[in-house]
Amino acid sequence: MTNPSTSYRARPATGSAATLAALPKQRRVFSWRNIRGQPRFLIGGTIIGLMILFAVFAPFLTPSNPMVSHPEITNQAPSLQHLLGTDDLGRDVLGRTFYGARVSLSVGIIAVGIGLVLGVALGLTAGYRGSWADLIISRFIDALLAFPALLLAISITAALGPSLRNTMIAIGIVAIPAYARLTRGQVLQAKEREYVEAARTAGASEARIVVRHILPNVLNPLVVQASLSVAFAILAEASLSFLGLGAQPPTPTWGADIDHARGYLNNGYWWMSFGPGMAILLTVFAFNLLGDSIRDLLDPQLRGR
Amino acid sequence: MTAYIIRRLLLMIPVAFLVSVIIFVVLHLTPGDPILVLFGEEPDPTVIANLRHAYGLDRPLPVQYLTWITRMLHGDMGRSIRTQQPVTHAIFERLPNTLELGLAALVFGLVVSIPVGILSATRRNSVWDLLGTSVPLLGISIPNFFTGIILILLFALVFRIFTPGGFVPFSQAPRQNIRDLVLPMITLGLPSLAVNMRFMRSGLIDALGHEYTRVARAKGLTERRVVVGHALKNAFIPFVTIVGLQIGGLLEGAFITETIFLWPGVGRLAVDSINGRDYPVVQGIVLLSALSYMTVNLIVDLLYGFLDPRIKFR
Repeated sequence: MTNPSTSYRARPATGSAATLAALPKQRRVFSWRNIRGQPRFLIGGTIIGLMILFAVFAPFLTPSNPMVSHPEITNQAPSLQHLLGTDDLGRDVLGRTFYGARVSLSVGIIAVGIGLVLGVALGLTAGYRGSWADLIISRFIDALLAFPALLLAISITAALGPSLRNTMIAIGIVAIPAYARLTRGQVLQAKEREYVEAARTAGASEARIVVRHILPNVLNPLVVQASLSVAFAILAEASLSFLGLGAQPPTPTWGADIDHARGYLNNGYWWMSFGPGMAILLTVFAFNLLGDSIRDLLDPQLRGR
Repeated sequence: MTAYIIRRLLLMIPVAFLVSVIIFVVLHLTPGDPILVLFGEEPDPTVIANLRHAYGLDRPLPVQYLTWITRMLHGDMGRSIRTQQPVTHAIFERLPNTLELGLAALVFGLVVSIPVGILSATRRNSVWDLLGTSVPLLGISIPNFFTGIILILLFALVFRIFTPGGFVPFSQAPRQNIRDLVLPMITLGLPSLAVNMRFMRSGLIDALGHEYTRVARAKGLTERRVVVGHALKNAFIPFVTIVGLQIGGLLEGAFITETIFLWPGVGRLAVDSINGRDYPVVQGIVLLSALSYMTVNLIVDLLYGFLDPRIKFR
């Protein structure tokens, strides 16, 4: 997917990490004045906001229950009643697309959460402890990075068995190395700074030094990385579902619905894949836009690149 | 330089070992028994036990790992549980097809991304700039299975220019092979084209803002020579890394692209083997992919030094 590849690992978020951390703390980075000058933030945020609304209010936005079949209205082309038509089982395509948003958004957020928590913990330990801990964690991270991201996610999901929960775990594991590397690098820089030295001299505990003094300095690049990797996670979930390794039927997922629609292309039923396909495209596009604009907001030097 | 290469190669050994452990452990967590998958619902217990013994699946995991890795080091990846074909044979039989598709996609990505990236960076706020900024965002946001479906729908079913899927070896029918290749090539190449274009553009904009380009302009060089002779050379350094990283992306993209277009490559073999719980084949493919990805990354690092003599290897 990723991609990935097109994957978020190749994205320049890490490249600007040093610059981001070196910036003085900007408390009002996300003020309306700054955001107003960032149309990408507004467009990305609006699309994501709409997707969340569609996901939450899915049951109220569909003319018929898109989870059960309606034999009397199979394979109908888009009409006023069914804006994106119906599938081979008579289920409303737009309705399934709204329900699919629930799966995609929750996988995106939970998988990134898993990667973020574990990755930051590993990165903090490796960077702050150094020596053996660093050696072991760094080699483990190297080993995870040796796999193309989506390939690793496919292998893990194939091993754990196809299900929604396992998809989240697999994508979460794949996201770990990016966060661990980013955090480790930042911690290595931050722990040499005077304020950390001062805190240590003042008798602060190690836990306090890490949580109160080092972690806040790592946050900026992590925020950028997180928004970009939600995009990757959604794309990866769709790819896994497409291959039959994601949430299982009858749960509507965008990837699985496109795979299902593929069988009806020869019949000319193009609308069956149009809804879920456009939904993936728009959501991933929105998270990429948002990630890029947050990076610009946090590091004005990068604007327009 | 030689010392650096040796050090990097030595460092690859523990990582490769860890990679093999991860692959082995991950694929043996699998809940479905491959032998049961092979025999369906009501298998004969004696036959199953014999087969499990024959494939060594009844032995403890560490023993299975040691047997597997020793064989691997001797170039023997075992036999496919489904087809009985040696895994090495199954992979290398399909590898040329994947390489043909991957190489075509890589070239397609480069041929489009470099000129558009350059035009976008040098003609800011033009149509080219719009292309150079919107194509990358679209390209990394669209899943390749959706790209594939749109292309099949438009160019194979509506306009009937290309085939919706299939494969004929180049040696048998070169023209048909190329007709079959075009749509999967675009599908697989689009994401890497997008990332390449983005990096070409931003690398060149960055290089054009440097002191040395100002000096080159002050010397009275034409804009063409400033861009081609000075800025582009420096913009290519980050670009090479990104192109190198794309190779990993092409590998994983091949899983889906080959499945959509019925292209008989390693990616499709992997998907079929995952669905059939054919451990030996999946292990072999994942291990080979990871090792080649690591090798490509090393080559990219070394190329970096050749492109930019200021970089010192330590």
